[in-house]
Amino acid sequence: MPSLTTLPELIVGLPGTFATPGFSSALHPDPEPVSPPVLSARALSRDFGLRHAVREVSLTLARGEVLGLLGPNGAGKTTTMQMITGNLAPTAGEIQICGIDLLDHPTRAKARIGYLPETPPLYRDLTVDEFLRLAARLHRVPKARIASTVTQAQRRCGLTDMSARRIGALSKGYQQRVGIAQAIVHEPDLVVLDEPTVGLDPNQIREIRTLIRELADDHAVILSTHILPEVETVCDRVQILHQGQVVYTDNIAALKQYRGGHALTVALRRPPAVDDLKSLPGVRNVEVLSGDRFRLFHEADINPAETVVKRSVEQDWGLTELTPVETTLEEVFVHLTQSDAAEPPAP
Amino acid sequence: MILTIAAKELRALFNAPLAWVVLAVLQVILAWIFLVSLDRYIALQPQLVQYPNPPGVTEFIVAPMFGSGAVVLLMLVPLLSMRLIAEERRNQTLTLLVSAPVSMTEIVVGKFLGLTLFLFAVVTLMAVMALSLIAGGKIDFGLLAANVIGLTLLGGAFAAIGLYISSLTANPVIAAVATLASLLVLWILNMGAPDPGSILHLLSLMKHYESFAKGVLDTGDLAYYALLIALFLLLAARRLDRDRLAS
Repeated sequence: MPSLTTLPELIVGLPGTFATPGFSSALHPDPEPVSPPVLSARALSRDFGLRHAVREVSLTLARGEVLGLLGPNGAGKTTTMQMITGNLAPTAGEIQICGIDLLDHPTRAKARIGYLPETPPLYRDLTVDEFLRLAARLHRVPKARIASTVTQAQRRCGLTDMSARRIGALSKGYQQRVGIAQAIVHEPDLVVLDEPTVGLDPNQIREIRTLIRELADDHAVILSTHILPEVETVCDRVQILHQGQVVYTDNIAALKQYRGGHALTVALRRPPAVDDLKSLPGVRNVEVLSGDRFRLFHEADINPAETVVKRSVEQDWGLTELTPVETTLEEVFVHLTQSDAAEPPAP
Repeated sequence: MILTIAAKELRALFNAPLAWVVLAVLQVILAWIFLVSLDRYIALQPQLVQYPNPPGVTEFIVAPMFGSGAVVLLMLVPLLSMRLIAEERRNQTLTLLVSAPVSMTEIVVGKFLGLTLFLFAVVTLMAVMALSLIAGGKIDFGLLAANVIGLTLLGGAFAAIGLYISSLTANPVIAAVATLASLLVLWILNMGAPDPGSILHLLSLMKHYESFAKGVLDTGDLAYYALLIALFLLLAARRLDRDRLAS
Protein backbone atom coordinates (compact mmCIF):
# COMPACT_ATOMS: atom_id res chain seq x y z
CA MET A 1 0.00 0.00 0.00
CA PRO A 2 1.18 3.55 -0.65
CA SER A 3 2.35 5.00 2.61
CA LEU A 4 1.86 8.78 2.51
CA THR A 5 -1.44 9.48 0.84
CA THR A 6 -3.72 12.31 1.77
CA LEU A 7 -7.38 11.50 2.05
CA PRO A 8 -8.57 12.96 -1.30
CA GLU A 9 -5.78 11.18 -3.14
CA LEU A 10 -6.77 7.93 -1.54
CA ILE A 11 -10.37 8.33 -2.61
CA VAL A 12 -9.45 9.31 -6.15
CA GLY A 13 -6.86 6.58 -6.39
CA LEU A 14 -9.04 3.86 -4.96
CA PRO A 15 -9.84 1.91 -8.15
CA GLY A 16 -6.20 2.27 -9.18
CA THR A 17 -5.08 0.89 -5.84
CA PHE A 18 -7.04 -2.27 -6.49
CA ALA A 19 -5.48 -2.60 -9.89
CA THR A 20 -1.87 -2.56 -8.69
CA PRO A 21 -0.39 -5.98 -9.38
CA GLY A 22 0.81 -6.71 -5.89
CA PHE A 23 -2.48 -5.90 -4.28
CA SER A 24 -4.64 -7.74 -6.75
CA SER A 25 -2.53 -10.86 -6.77
CA ALA A 26 -2.90 -10.96 -3.02
CA LEU A 27 -6.67 -10.88 -3.41
CA HIS A 28 -7.05 -12.95 -6.55
CA PRO A 29 -4.95 -16.00 -7.17
CA ASP A 30 -5.54 -15.70 -10.94
CA PRO A 31 -3.10 -13.43 -12.79
CA GLU A 32 -5.80 -11.20 -14.34
CA PRO A 33 -5.93 -7.85 -12.54
CA VAL A 34 -9.21 -6.08 -11.78
CA SER A 35 -9.82 -4.05 -14.91
CA PRO A 36 -12.01 -0.99 -15.43
CA PRO A 37 -15.33 -1.53 -17.21
CA VAL A 38 -15.06 -1.84 -20.98
CA LEU A 39 -17.28 1.18 -21.41
CA SER A 40 -18.05 3.86 -18.94
CA ALA A 41 -19.90 6.89 -20.24
CA ARG A 42 -21.02 9.52 -17.81
CA ALA A 43 -23.72 12.15 -18.29
CA LEU A 44 -23.41 12.37 -22.06
CA SER A 45 -25.30 15.22 -23.64
CA ARG A 46 -25.43 16.36 -27.20
CA ASP A 47 -27.22 19.38 -28.62
CA PHE A 48 -27.96 20.05 -32.26
CA GLY A 49 -28.61 23.76 -32.25
CA LEU A 50 -31.43 24.29 -29.81
CA ARG A 51 -32.55 20.67 -29.91
CA HIS A 52 -31.28 18.39 -27.15
CA ALA A 53 -30.73 15.12 -29.00
CA VAL A 54 -29.29 13.33 -25.96
CA ARG A 55 -29.44 14.49 -22.36
CA GLU A 56 -27.42 13.11 -19.46
CA VAL A 57 -27.16 9.53 -20.70
CA SER A 58 -24.85 7.27 -18.70
CA LEU A 59 -23.79 3.78 -19.71
CA THR A 60 -21.53 1.17 -18.16
CA LEU A 61 -20.70 -2.13 -19.68
CA ALA A 62 -18.50 -5.03 -18.61
CA ARG A 63 -16.90 -7.73 -20.73
CA GLY A 64 -19.31 -10.51 -21.64
CA GLU A 65 -22.37 -8.31 -21.41
CA VAL A 66 -24.83 -7.37 -24.13
CA LEU A 67 -26.57 -4.07 -23.56
CA GLY A 68 -29.62 -3.18 -25.61
CA LEU A 69 -30.38 0.44 -26.35
CA LEU A 70 -34.07 0.49 -27.02
CA GLY A 71 -36.13 3.39 -28.18
CA PRO A 72 -38.44 4.69 -30.87
CA ASN A 73 -36.97 6.39 -33.91
CA GLY A 74 -35.40 9.71 -33.00
CA ALA A 75 -34.88 8.78 -29.35
CA GLY A 76 -31.14 9.45 -29.54
CA LYS A 77 -29.86 5.88 -29.95
CA THR A 78 -27.71 6.61 -32.98
CA THR A 79 -26.43 9.89 -31.54
CA THR A 80 -25.40 8.07 -28.35
CA MET A 81 -23.57 5.40 -30.35
CA GLN A 82 -21.83 7.99 -32.51
CA MET A 83 -20.55 9.66 -29.35
CA ILE A 84 -19.32 6.39 -27.84
CA THR A 85 -17.43 5.55 -31.03
CA GLY A 86 -15.87 8.98 -31.43
CA ASN A 87 -17.84 9.95 -34.53
CA LEU A 88 -19.52 12.79 -32.71
CA ALA A 89 -18.16 14.94 -29.91
CA PRO A 90 -20.45 15.17 -26.89
CA THR A 91 -21.55 18.62 -25.77
CA ALA A 92 -20.97 17.49 -22.19
CA GLY A 93 -19.97 14.32 -20.39
CA GLU A 94 -17.07 11.90 -20.54
CA ILE A 95 -16.41 8.54 -22.14
CA GLN A 96 -13.84 5.95 -21.09
CA ILE A 97 -13.04 2.80 -23.02
CA CYS A 98 -11.21 0.29 -20.79
CA GLY A 99 -10.13 3.24 -18.67
CA ILE A 100 -8.82 5.27 -21.63
CA ASP A 101 -10.48 8.63 -22.10
CA LEU A 102 -11.94 8.76 -25.62
CA LEU A 103 -11.78 12.53 -25.87
CA ASP A 104 -8.20 12.86 -24.60
CA HIS A 105 -6.68 9.85 -26.37
CA PRO A 106 -8.97 9.21 -29.34
CA THR A 107 -6.64 6.93 -31.31
CA ARG A 108 -5.79 4.67 -28.38
CA ALA A 109 -9.42 4.39 -27.33
CA LYS A 110 -10.73 3.88 -30.85
CA ALA A 111 -8.40 0.94 -31.40
CA ARG A 112 -10.50 -0.92 -28.82
CA ILE A 113 -13.86 -0.19 -30.46
CA GLY A 114 -15.59 -1.87 -33.37
CA TYR A 115 -18.52 0.02 -34.84
CA LEU A 116 -21.23 -0.96 -37.26
CA PRO A 117 -23.23 2.17 -38.12
CA GLU A 118 -26.81 2.08 -39.35
CA THR A 119 -25.57 2.07 -42.95
CA PRO A 120 -22.61 -0.35 -43.09
CA PRO A 121 -19.56 1.59 -44.37
CA LEU A 122 -18.65 -0.76 -47.21
CA TYR A 123 -16.50 -0.10 -50.27
CA ARG A 124 -18.60 -1.84 -52.86
CA ASP A 125 -15.75 -2.18 -55.38
CA LEU A 126 -13.58 -4.25 -53.05
CA THR A 127 -13.90 -7.97 -52.42
CA VAL A 128 -14.82 -9.14 -48.92
CA ASP A 129 -11.24 -10.24 -48.36
CA GLU A 130 -9.68 -6.96 -49.54
CA PHE A 131 -12.15 -4.92 -47.52
CA LEU A 132 -11.56 -6.80 -44.27
CA ARG A 133 -7.79 -6.57 -44.76
CA LEU A 134 -8.15 -2.83 -45.19
CA ALA A 135 -10.30 -2.60 -42.05
CA ALA A 136 -7.71 -4.62 -40.10
CA ARG A 137 -4.86 -2.39 -41.30
CA LEU A 138 -6.80 0.77 -40.48
CA HIS A 139 -7.32 -0.58 -36.97
CA ARG A 140 -3.59 -1.13 -36.58
CA VAL A 141 -3.62 -4.91 -36.47
CA PRO A 142 0.04 -6.01 -36.73
CA LYS A 143 0.94 -7.16 -40.27
CA ALA A 144 1.75 -10.70 -39.20
CA ARG A 145 -1.68 -11.20 -37.68
CA ILE A 146 -3.83 -9.67 -40.42
CA ALA A 147 -4.34 -12.87 -42.39
CA SER A 148 -5.39 -14.88 -39.36
CA THR A 149 -7.74 -12.23 -37.92
CA VAL A 150 -9.42 -11.75 -41.30
CA THR A 151 -9.97 -15.50 -41.67
CA GLN A 152 -11.29 -15.64 -38.12
CA ALA A 153 -13.75 -12.78 -38.65
CA GLN A 154 -14.96 -14.35 -41.90
CA ARG A 155 -15.49 -17.68 -40.19
CA ARG A 156 -17.45 -16.14 -37.33
CA CYS A 157 -19.71 -14.20 -39.66
CA GLY A 158 -20.21 -17.08 -42.08
CA LEU A 159 -18.40 -15.31 -44.92
CA THR A 160 -15.73 -17.88 -45.71
CA ASP A 161 -17.33 -18.88 -49.02
CA MET A 162 -17.83 -15.24 -50.00
CA SER A 163 -14.27 -14.01 -49.43
CA ALA A 164 -13.50 -13.52 -53.13
CA ARG A 165 -16.83 -11.89 -54.01
CA ARG A 166 -17.20 -8.18 -54.66
CA ILE A 167 -19.16 -6.55 -51.82
CA GLY A 168 -21.43 -4.66 -54.22
CA ALA A 169 -22.60 -8.01 -55.64
CA LEU A 170 -23.58 -9.47 -52.26
CA SER A 171 -27.13 -9.59 -50.89
CA LYS A 172 -28.22 -7.24 -48.12
CA GLY A 173 -27.87 -9.96 -45.50
CA TYR A 174 -24.30 -10.75 -46.48
CA GLN A 175 -23.41 -7.08 -46.68
CA GLN A 176 -24.66 -6.73 -43.12
CA ARG A 177 -22.41 -9.62 -42.11
CA VAL A 178 -19.45 -7.93 -43.78
CA GLY A 179 -20.37 -4.86 -41.74
CA ILE A 180 -20.25 -6.91 -38.55
CA ALA A 181 -17.03 -8.67 -39.61
CA GLN A 182 -15.49 -5.23 -40.16
CA ALA A 183 -16.46 -4.29 -36.60
CA ILE A 184 -14.85 -7.36 -35.00
CA VAL A 185 -11.85 -7.98 -37.25
CA HIS A 186 -9.42 -6.21 -34.89
CA GLU A 187 -10.80 -8.07 -31.86
CA PRO A 188 -12.01 -4.95 -30.08
CA ASP A 189 -13.08 -4.90 -26.45
CA LEU A 190 -16.27 -3.04 -27.27
CA VAL A 191 -18.53 -3.81 -30.23
CA VAL A 192 -21.16 -1.21 -31.07
CA LEU A 193 -23.91 -2.32 -33.45
CA ASP A 194 -26.51 0.16 -34.64
CA GLU A 195 -29.69 -1.65 -35.65
CA PRO A 196 -27.85 -4.75 -36.89
CA THR A 197 -30.94 -6.65 -38.03
CA VAL A 198 -32.78 -3.93 -39.93
CA GLY A 199 -33.83 -4.95 -43.42
CA LEU A 200 -32.97 -8.63 -43.05
CA ASP A 201 -35.28 -11.60 -43.54
CA PRO A 202 -36.34 -13.68 -40.50
CA ASN A 203 -33.73 -16.38 -41.10
CA GLN A 204 -30.92 -13.85 -41.37
CA ILE A 205 -32.21 -12.06 -38.29
CA ARG A 206 -31.98 -15.30 -36.32
CA GLU A 207 -28.44 -15.95 -37.55
CA ILE A 208 -27.28 -12.45 -36.72
CA ARG A 209 -28.80 -12.71 -33.24
CA THR A 210 -26.96 -15.97 -32.65
CA LEU A 211 -23.77 -14.32 -33.83
CA ILE A 212 -24.26 -11.40 -31.45
CA ARG A 213 -24.74 -13.81 -28.55
CA GLU A 214 -21.48 -15.54 -29.52
CA LEU A 215 -19.67 -12.21 -29.69
CA ALA A 216 -20.61 -11.58 -26.08
CA ASP A 217 -18.34 -14.45 -25.05
CA ASP A 218 -15.25 -12.30 -25.44
CA HIS A 219 -16.44 -8.79 -26.22
CA ALA A 220 -18.78 -6.31 -24.64
CA VAL A 221 -21.60 -5.53 -27.05
CA ILE A 222 -23.99 -2.63 -27.35
CA LEU A 223 -26.77 -2.87 -29.86
CA SER A 224 -29.59 -0.53 -30.64
CA THR A 225 -32.99 -1.53 -31.86
CA HIS A 226 -36.60 -0.54 -31.77
CA ILE A 227 -37.77 -4.15 -31.71
CA LEU A 228 -38.67 -5.29 -28.21
CA PRO A 229 -38.42 -9.09 -28.76
CA GLU A 230 -34.93 -8.60 -30.17
CA VAL A 231 -33.76 -7.13 -26.90
CA GLU A 232 -35.35 -9.97 -25.00
CA THR A 233 -33.62 -12.69 -27.00
CA VAL A 234 -30.18 -11.12 -27.23
CA CYS A 235 -29.48 -8.71 -24.41
CA ASP A 236 -28.61 -9.10 -20.73
CA ARG A 237 -29.48 -5.54 -19.86
CA VAL A 238 -31.56 -2.87 -21.44
CA GLN A 239 -31.66 0.90 -21.40
CA ILE A 240 -34.68 2.56 -22.88
CA LEU A 241 -34.19 5.99 -24.39
CA HIS A 242 -37.01 8.38 -24.96
CA GLN A 243 -36.54 11.89 -26.31
CA GLY A 244 -32.84 11.73 -25.55
CA GLN A 245 -33.15 10.60 -21.97
CA VAL A 246 -32.80 7.25 -20.27
CA VAL A 247 -36.23 6.37 -18.96
CA TYR A 248 -35.49 2.82 -17.91
CA THR A 249 -32.40 0.82 -16.99
CA ASP A 250 -32.60 -2.71 -15.75
CA ASN A 251 -32.06 -6.31 -16.60
CA ILE A 252 -34.25 -8.14 -19.06
CA ALA A 253 -36.27 -10.10 -16.51
CA ALA A 254 -37.61 -6.90 -15.01
CA LEU A 255 -38.56 -5.63 -18.44
CA LYS A 256 -40.48 -8.81 -19.12
CA GLN A 257 -42.51 -8.21 -16.00
CA TYR A 258 -43.17 -4.74 -17.24
CA ARG A 259 -44.45 -6.22 -20.39
CA GLY A 260 -46.75 -8.65 -18.55
CA GLY A 261 -49.49 -6.11 -18.85
CA HIS A 262 -51.80 -7.66 -16.28
CA ALA A 263 -54.51 -8.61 -18.71
CA LEU A 264 -55.87 -11.83 -20.21
CA THR A 265 -57.74 -12.39 -23.43
CA VAL A 266 -60.46 -14.98 -22.92
CA ALA A 267 -62.75 -16.54 -25.52
CA LEU A 268 -65.79 -18.49 -24.31
CA ARG A 269 -68.27 -20.43 -26.43
CA ARG A 270 -71.10 -19.97 -23.93
CA PRO A 271 -70.17 -16.80 -22.09
CA PRO A 272 -71.80 -15.82 -18.80
CA ALA A 273 -72.90 -12.30 -17.99
CA VAL A 274 -70.14 -9.74 -17.93
CA ASP A 275 -70.77 -9.12 -14.25
CA ASP A 276 -69.99 -12.77 -13.50
CA LEU A 277 -66.56 -12.31 -15.06
CA LYS A 278 -66.05 -9.06 -13.23
CA SER A 279 -66.71 -10.80 -9.93
CA LEU A 280 -63.82 -13.25 -10.41
CA PRO A 281 -61.14 -12.72 -7.77
CA GLY A 282 -58.46 -10.26 -8.87
CA VAL A 283 -60.33 -8.98 -11.92
CA ARG A 284 -60.54 -5.20 -11.98
CA ASN A 285 -62.32 -4.62 -15.23
CA VAL A 286 -63.69 -6.46 -18.26
CA GLU A 287 -63.69 -5.23 -21.80
CA VAL A 288 -65.93 -6.97 -24.36
CA LEU A 289 -63.91 -7.44 -27.54
CA SER A 290 -66.66 -9.24 -29.49
CA GLY A 291 -69.68 -11.41 -28.62
CA ASP A 292 -67.61 -14.17 -27.03
CA ARG A 293 -64.16 -12.62 -26.50
CA PHE A 294 -63.28 -10.62 -23.45
CA ARG A 295 -60.27 -8.86 -22.05
CA LEU A 296 -59.87 -9.26 -18.32
CA PHE A 297 -57.71 -6.64 -16.59
CA HIS A 298 -56.45 -7.97 -13.30
CA GLU A 299 -54.41 -6.93 -10.28
CA ALA A 300 -50.68 -7.27 -10.65
CA ASP A 301 -50.31 -9.86 -7.89
CA ILE A 302 -53.38 -12.03 -8.58
CA ASN A 303 -53.53 -13.89 -11.87
CA PRO A 304 -57.12 -15.11 -12.45
CA ALA A 305 -56.17 -17.56 -15.24
CA GLU A 306 -56.53 -20.56 -12.97
CA THR A 307 -59.91 -19.43 -11.68
CA VAL A 308 -61.16 -18.81 -15.21
CA VAL A 309 -60.31 -22.35 -16.22
CA LYS A 310 -61.87 -23.82 -13.10
CA ARG A 311 -65.11 -21.82 -13.45
CA SER A 312 -65.30 -22.59 -17.13
CA VAL A 313 -65.27 -26.30 -16.40
CA GLU A 314 -67.70 -26.03 -13.50
CA GLN A 315 -70.22 -23.82 -15.27
CA ASP A 316 -69.64 -25.10 -18.82
CA TRP A 317 -68.54 -21.78 -20.38
CA GLY A 318 -66.70 -23.57 -23.19
CA LEU A 319 -63.25 -21.98 -22.91
CA THR A 320 -61.52 -21.78 -26.32
CA GLU A 321 -58.79 -19.21 -25.72
CA LEU A 322 -56.81 -17.95 -22.76
CA THR A 323 -53.86 -15.70 -23.59
CA PRO A 324 -51.91 -13.29 -21.44
CA VAL A 325 -51.89 -9.91 -23.16
CA GLU A 326 -48.38 -8.73 -23.84
CA THR A 327 -47.88 -5.02 -23.77
CA THR A 328 -46.52 -3.55 -26.97
CA LEU A 329 -43.42 -1.42 -26.98
CA GLU A 330 -45.58 1.65 -27.39
CA GLU A 331 -47.49 0.79 -24.25
CA VAL A 332 -44.26 0.23 -22.35
CA PHE A 333 -43.13 3.65 -23.49
CA VAL A 334 -46.37 5.24 -22.45
CA HIS A 335 -45.94 3.49 -19.14
CA LEU A 336 -42.39 4.69 -18.68
CA THR A 337 -42.67 8.18 -20.04
CA GLN A 338 -45.96 9.25 -18.54
CA SER A 339 -45.17 8.06 -15.08
CA ASP A 340 -47.60 10.44 -13.38
CA ALA A 341 -50.54 9.06 -15.35
CA ALA A 342 -49.51 5.43 -15.11
CA GLU A 343 -49.76 3.09 -12.21
CA PRO A 344 -46.64 2.16 -10.21
CA PRO A 345 -44.28 -0.34 -11.89
CA ALA A 346 -44.72 -4.08 -11.67
CA PRO A 347 -43.48 -5.94 -8.60
CA MET B 1 -1.38 4.53 -41.55
CA ILE B 2 -1.07 7.38 -44.05
CA LEU B 3 0.34 4.89 -46.56
CA THR B 4 -2.56 2.48 -45.93
CA ILE B 5 -5.04 5.22 -46.78
CA ALA B 6 -2.97 6.35 -49.79
CA ALA B 7 -2.86 2.76 -51.05
CA LYS B 8 -6.61 2.46 -50.57
CA GLU B 9 -7.17 5.61 -52.66
CA LEU B 10 -4.86 4.39 -55.42
CA ARG B 11 -6.63 1.04 -55.45
CA ALA B 12 -10.01 2.76 -55.60
CA LEU B 13 -8.78 4.77 -58.61
CA PHE B 14 -7.52 1.73 -60.48
CA ASN B 15 -10.48 -0.46 -59.53
CA ALA B 16 -12.73 1.90 -61.44
CA PRO B 17 -12.23 2.32 -65.18
CA LEU B 18 -11.88 6.10 -64.73
CA ALA B 19 -8.16 6.05 -63.95
CA TRP B 20 -7.34 3.88 -66.95
CA VAL B 21 -9.45 6.00 -69.29
CA VAL B 22 -7.80 9.14 -67.93
CA LEU B 23 -4.30 7.72 -68.42
CA ALA B 24 -5.09 6.55 -71.96
CA VAL B 25 -6.73 9.78 -73.11
CA LEU B 26 -3.99 11.84 -71.53
CA GLN B 27 -1.33 9.80 -73.24
CA VAL B 28 -2.99 10.28 -76.64
CA ILE B 29 -3.35 14.05 -76.21
CA LEU B 30 0.20 14.55 -74.94
CA ALA B 31 1.65 12.27 -77.60
CA TRP B 32 -0.10 14.36 -80.25
CA ILE B 33 1.30 17.58 -78.81
CA PHE B 34 4.71 15.91 -78.59
CA LEU B 35 4.62 14.82 -82.23
CA VAL B 36 3.45 18.20 -83.51
CA SER B 37 6.23 20.02 -81.68
CA LEU B 38 8.75 17.43 -82.88
CA ASP B 39 7.60 18.02 -86.49
CA ARG B 40 7.94 21.78 -86.07
CA TYR B 41 11.39 21.35 -84.59
CA ILE B 42 12.55 19.21 -87.53
CA ALA B 43 11.15 21.76 -90.00
CA LEU B 44 12.83 24.67 -88.24
CA GLN B 45 16.10 22.93 -87.40
CA PRO B 46 18.02 24.14 -90.53
CA GLN B 47 17.23 27.76 -89.64
CA LEU B 48 17.88 27.28 -85.92
CA VAL B 49 21.47 26.21 -86.42
CA GLN B 50 22.26 29.65 -87.90
CA TYR B 51 21.67 31.28 -84.51
CA PRO B 52 24.70 31.64 -82.25
CA ASN B 53 22.96 29.98 -79.27
CA PRO B 54 20.02 27.95 -80.66
CA PRO B 55 17.30 26.50 -78.38
CA GLY B 56 17.86 22.80 -77.77
CA VAL B 57 15.45 20.01 -78.40
CA THR B 58 14.40 19.89 -74.73
CA GLU B 59 13.62 23.57 -74.67
CA PHE B 60 11.75 23.38 -77.94
CA ILE B 61 9.71 20.23 -77.38
CA VAL B 62 9.69 19.12 -73.73
CA ALA B 63 8.94 22.43 -72.00
CA PRO B 64 5.88 23.19 -74.21
CA MET B 65 4.65 19.62 -73.71
CA PHE B 66 4.81 19.98 -69.94
CA GLY B 67 3.07 23.34 -70.26
CA SER B 68 0.19 21.68 -72.08
CA GLY B 69 0.31 18.92 -69.48
CA ALA B 70 -0.29 21.55 -66.79
CA VAL B 71 -3.46 22.72 -68.53
CA VAL B 72 -4.66 19.13 -68.95
CA LEU B 73 -4.01 18.42 -65.25
CA LEU B 74 -6.01 21.51 -64.35
CA MET B 75 -9.04 20.01 -66.06
CA LEU B 76 -8.32 16.48 -64.90
CA VAL B 77 -7.70 16.90 -61.17
CA PRO B 78 -11.24 18.09 -60.32
CA LEU B 79 -12.59 14.87 -61.85
CA LEU B 80 -10.32 12.77 -59.67
CA SER B 81 -10.40 14.81 -56.48
CA MET B 82 -14.19 15.19 -56.36
CA ARG B 83 -14.70 11.69 -55.03
CA LEU B 84 -12.03 11.80 -52.32
CA ILE B 85 -14.28 12.90 -49.48
CA ALA B 86 -17.59 13.95 -51.02
CA GLU B 87 -18.30 10.47 -52.36
CA GLU B 88 -17.33 8.78 -49.10
CA ARG B 89 -19.63 11.15 -47.32
CA ARG B 90 -22.50 10.41 -49.70
CA ASN B 91 -21.99 6.64 -49.43
CA GLN B 92 -21.54 6.98 -45.66
CA THR B 93 -18.25 5.11 -45.79
CA LEU B 94 -16.35 7.93 -44.11
CA THR B 95 -17.47 6.38 -40.80
CA LEU B 96 -15.02 3.53 -41.37
CA LEU B 97 -12.08 5.94 -41.40
CA VAL B 98 -13.39 8.18 -38.63
CA SER B 99 -14.11 5.23 -36.30
CA ALA B 100 -10.68 3.73 -36.93
CA PRO B 101 -7.79 4.78 -34.69
CA VAL B 102 -6.63 7.31 -37.28
CA SER B 103 -6.43 11.07 -36.92
CA MET B 104 -8.17 13.43 -39.31
CA THR B 105 -4.77 14.68 -40.46
CA GLU B 106 -3.72 11.14 -41.36
CA ILE B 107 -6.93 10.65 -43.34
CA VAL B 108 -6.45 13.89 -45.25
CA VAL B 109 -2.72 13.44 -45.92
CA GLY B 110 -3.30 9.80 -46.95
CA LYS B 111 -5.96 10.78 -49.46
CA PHE B 112 -3.82 13.63 -50.76
CA LEU B 113 -0.83 11.35 -51.16
CA GLY B 114 -2.89 8.75 -53.01
CA LEU B 115 -4.05 11.25 -55.61
CA THR B 116 -0.64 12.94 -55.89
CA LEU B 117 1.04 9.57 -56.51
CA PHE B 118 -1.41 9.00 -59.36
CA LEU B 119 -0.59 12.44 -60.78
CA PHE B 120 3.10 11.65 -60.40
CA ALA B 121 2.51 8.54 -62.53
CA VAL B 122 1.01 10.80 -65.20
CA VAL B 123 4.03 13.10 -65.05
CA THR B 124 6.39 10.11 -65.18
CA LEU B 125 4.75 8.87 -68.36
CA MET B 126 5.33 12.31 -69.88
CA ALA B 127 8.97 12.21 -68.79
CA VAL B 128 9.38 8.79 -70.42
CA MET B 129 7.96 10.22 -73.63
CA ALA B 130 10.50 13.06 -73.45
CA LEU B 131 13.32 10.59 -72.80
CA SER B 132 12.56 8.92 -76.15
CA LEU B 133 14.26 11.96 -77.72
CA ILE B 134 17.59 10.49 -76.63
CA ALA B 135 17.30 8.26 -79.70
CA GLY B 136 17.78 11.28 -81.98
CA GLY B 137 19.91 13.69 -80.03
CA LYS B 138 21.04 15.09 -76.71
CA ILE B 139 18.54 16.26 -74.10
CA ASP B 140 18.92 18.65 -71.20
CA PHE B 141 18.30 16.48 -68.10
CA GLY B 142 18.34 19.46 -65.76
CA LEU B 143 15.54 21.17 -67.65
CA LEU B 144 13.57 17.94 -67.81
CA ALA B 145 13.98 17.36 -64.06
CA ALA B 146 12.86 20.92 -63.28
CA ASN B 147 9.77 20.39 -65.43
CA VAL B 148 8.98 17.08 -63.70
CA ILE B 149 9.34 18.64 -60.25
CA GLY B 150 7.32 21.71 -61.22
CA LEU B 151 4.48 19.78 -62.77
CA THR B 152 4.29 17.35 -59.82
CA LEU B 153 4.15 20.26 -57.38
CA LEU B 154 1.51 21.96 -59.48
CA GLY B 155 -0.51 18.73 -59.57
CA GLY B 156 -0.11 18.42 -55.80
CA ALA B 157 -1.40 21.96 -55.34
CA PHE B 158 -4.40 21.16 -57.55
CA ALA B 159 -5.01 17.97 -55.55
CA ALA B 160 -4.87 19.78 -52.19
CA ILE B 161 -7.35 22.41 -53.33
CA GLY B 162 -9.61 19.73 -54.82
CA LEU B 163 -9.42 17.69 -51.62
CA TYR B 164 -10.45 20.65 -49.50
CA ILE B 165 -13.39 21.51 -51.74
CA SER B 166 -14.41 17.85 -51.75
CA SER B 167 -14.52 17.96 -47.96
CA LEU B 168 -17.07 20.77 -48.04
CA THR B 169 -19.88 18.87 -49.70
CA ALA B 170 -21.53 15.48 -49.99
CA ASN B 171 -22.08 15.91 -53.71
CA PRO B 172 -19.11 14.95 -55.94
CA VAL B 173 -20.40 16.89 -58.95
CA ILE B 174 -20.60 20.12 -56.99
CA ALA B 175 -17.09 19.43 -55.69
CA ALA B 176 -15.79 18.94 -59.26
CA VAL B 177 -17.37 22.10 -60.66
CA ALA B 178 -16.28 24.21 -57.70
CA THR B 179 -12.73 22.85 -57.89
CA LEU B 180 -12.46 23.52 -61.62
CA ALA B 181 -13.71 27.06 -61.12
CA SER B 182 -11.32 27.73 -58.23
CA LEU B 183 -8.32 26.33 -60.11
CA LEU B 184 -9.14 28.40 -63.19
CA VAL B 185 -9.45 31.55 -61.12
CA LEU B 186 -6.13 30.86 -59.37
CA TRP B 187 -4.59 30.09 -62.78
CA ILE B 188 -5.59 33.29 -64.56
CA LEU B 189 -5.50 35.48 -61.48
CA ASN B 190 -2.52 37.53 -62.70
CA MET B 191 -3.79 38.12 -66.24
CA GLY B 192 -5.14 41.57 -65.52
CA ALA B 193 -2.08 42.70 -63.58
CA PRO B 194 0.50 44.32 -65.86
CA ASP B 195 2.50 45.58 -62.87
CA PRO B 196 5.09 42.83 -62.16
CA GLY B 197 5.11 43.67 -58.43
CA SER B 198 1.37 43.08 -58.09
CA ILE B 199 0.19 40.78 -55.32
CA LEU B 200 -1.87 38.89 -57.91
CA HIS B 201 1.39 37.51 -59.37
CA LEU B 202 2.25 36.28 -55.91
CA LEU B 203 -0.96 34.26 -55.67
CA SER B 204 -1.25 32.95 -59.23
CA LEU B 205 -0.65 29.22 -59.71
CA MET B 206 0.65 29.81 -63.25
CA LYS B 207 3.17 32.52 -62.41
CA HIS B 208 5.00 30.22 -59.99
CA TYR B 209 5.10 27.42 -62.53
CA GLU B 210 6.90 29.55 -65.12
CA SER B 211 10.31 29.36 -63.46
CA PHE B 212 10.20 25.54 -63.39
CA ALA B 213 9.36 25.53 -67.11
CA LYS B 214 12.54 27.53 -67.73
CA GLY B 215 14.58 25.08 -65.70
CA VAL B 216 14.96 27.30 -62.63
CA LEU B 217 14.36 25.86 -59.17
CA ASP B 218 13.40 28.98 -57.22
CA THR B 219 13.04 28.39 -53.47
CA GLY B 220 10.32 31.03 -53.41
CA ASP B 221 8.25 29.03 -55.87
CA LEU B 222 8.95 25.79 -54.03
CA ALA B 223 7.81 27.44 -50.80
CA TYR B 224 4.68 28.78 -52.51
CA TYR B 225 3.55 25.30 -53.51
CA ALA B 226 4.53 23.73 -50.21
CA LEU B 227 2.61 26.36 -48.25
CA LEU B 228 -0.41 26.15 -50.54
CA ILE B 229 -0.57 22.37 -50.16
CA ALA B 230 -0.10 22.52 -46.37
CA LEU B 231 -2.75 25.22 -46.02
CA PHE B 232 -5.46 23.35 -47.91
CA LEU B 233 -4.68 20.01 -46.23
CA LEU B 234 -4.96 21.73 -42.86
CA LEU B 235 -8.26 23.30 -43.86
CA ALA B 236 -9.59 19.92 -45.03
CA ALA B 237 -8.58 18.23 -41.76
CA ARG B 238 -10.27 20.98 -39.79
CA ARG B 239 -13.38 20.65 -41.91
CA LEU B 240 -13.56 16.91 -41.15
CA ASP B 241 -13.08 17.63 -37.47
CA ARG B 242 -15.93 20.09 -37.59
CA ASP B 243 -18.30 17.33 -38.76
CA ARG B 244 -17.68 15.73 -35.40
CA LEU B 245 -18.01 18.91 -33.35
CA ALA B 246 -20.55 21.07 -35.13
CA SER B 247 -24.14 21.19 -34.08
